[in-house]
Amino acid sequence: MHELAIAQGILELALNTATSHGAGKITGIRVLTGELTGIVPESLEFGFAALAEGTMAAGACLSVRIVPLTGRCRDCGDERRVDKYRFICAACGSYAIEIVSGRELKVESVEVE
Amino acid sequence: MEIPVMSNILHKNDENAAELNTMLTTRGIFTVNLMGSPGCGKTSLLEQTVSLLKNELTLAVIEGDLYTSKDADRIAGAGTPVVQINTGGGCHLDAFMVKAALTKLDLAAVDILIIENVGNLVCPAEFNVGEHAKVVVFSVTEGEDKPLKYPLVFRQSEAIILNKTDLLPYTSFNMDAAIDDIKGLNPQASLLQTSCRTGDGLPAWIEWLKAGAARTRRQANMIQGVKCD
Ligand SMILES: [Zn+2]
Repeated sequence: MHELAIAQGILELALNTATSHGAGKITGIRVLTGELTGIVPESLEFGFAALAEGTMAAGACLSVRIVPLTGRCRDCGDERRVDKYRFICAACGSYAIEIVSGRELKVESVEVE
Repeated sequence: MEIPVMSNILHKNDENAAELNTMLTTRGIFTVNLMGSPGCGKTSLLEQTVSLLKNELTLAVIEGDLYTSKDADRIAGAGTPVVQINTGGGCHLDAFMVKAALTKLDLAAVDILIIENVGNLVCPAEFNVGEHAKVVVFSVTEGEDKPLKYPLVFRQSEAIILNKTDLLPYTSFNMDAAIDDIKGLNPQASLLQTSCRTGDGLPAWIEWLKAGAARTRRQANMIQGVKCD
């Protein structure tokens, strides 16, 4: 499953961060996932909990925030939410839309004791 | 205490993929990450590609599969070097797996490398494997709702292959709706309609591959400082 590999990446980042700060326990992790990554937060939490068992992140609370998909038109600069995955500029009709947000897969912060 | 991190979760994979990409570009090997659902026709497309290209360009194939080597056996039967990666249940290939597989190929003579990803429309789109282009295969028997259900893979692909067009009369597939959704998601992608059974549309796919190979060859020449015509 998709979320398991992502959960593994989250766990590694969190453990490295905690270790480099000399922390002994991880209590929470904030994660950002873009709308377009298609991450299901419940699956991610489930996968993470399973992988974290036996590590200093065991029982840590994973809070997942989904970032909406927004795009910017390269032709007219119009920036707005991309609705129904139509990457066509609502202002000028251009097809040259670049993604501004919605592709994130990031660990924002780690809460340690 | 809250420690700010702001790191990309997939950075290790992306770093490795970037390294592979540079190596493949330097060697002039146009590399395609071929994705699609189980049964969409990826392996049939590969078999056809091997036989249509074999007199012009040298192909190598990396086959990702959950457990078996059935697909790899088919490709090897078509006469092309092939390396099998079994993910043992993993739903996608990653850059580390591809890097290991590459050591089993003689890359010196290869023009095009096709990496057939595990049959799945979700995860493979997220994991770069060093490719120059992602390609998604999607067949008319899967229904026209797939692009909006799995938008990332369609957005990320440079070519979108609508396969099994010979079966159109036997399905309720709405071609106009599918094309409209695909164009909305990825207006820049090359949209190719193919049938591996009748051969329809395959020449356009072969041309697309040849153009990619020529582009990568030019980049390699530039990197190596070779003058090209
Ligand atoms: Zn615009």
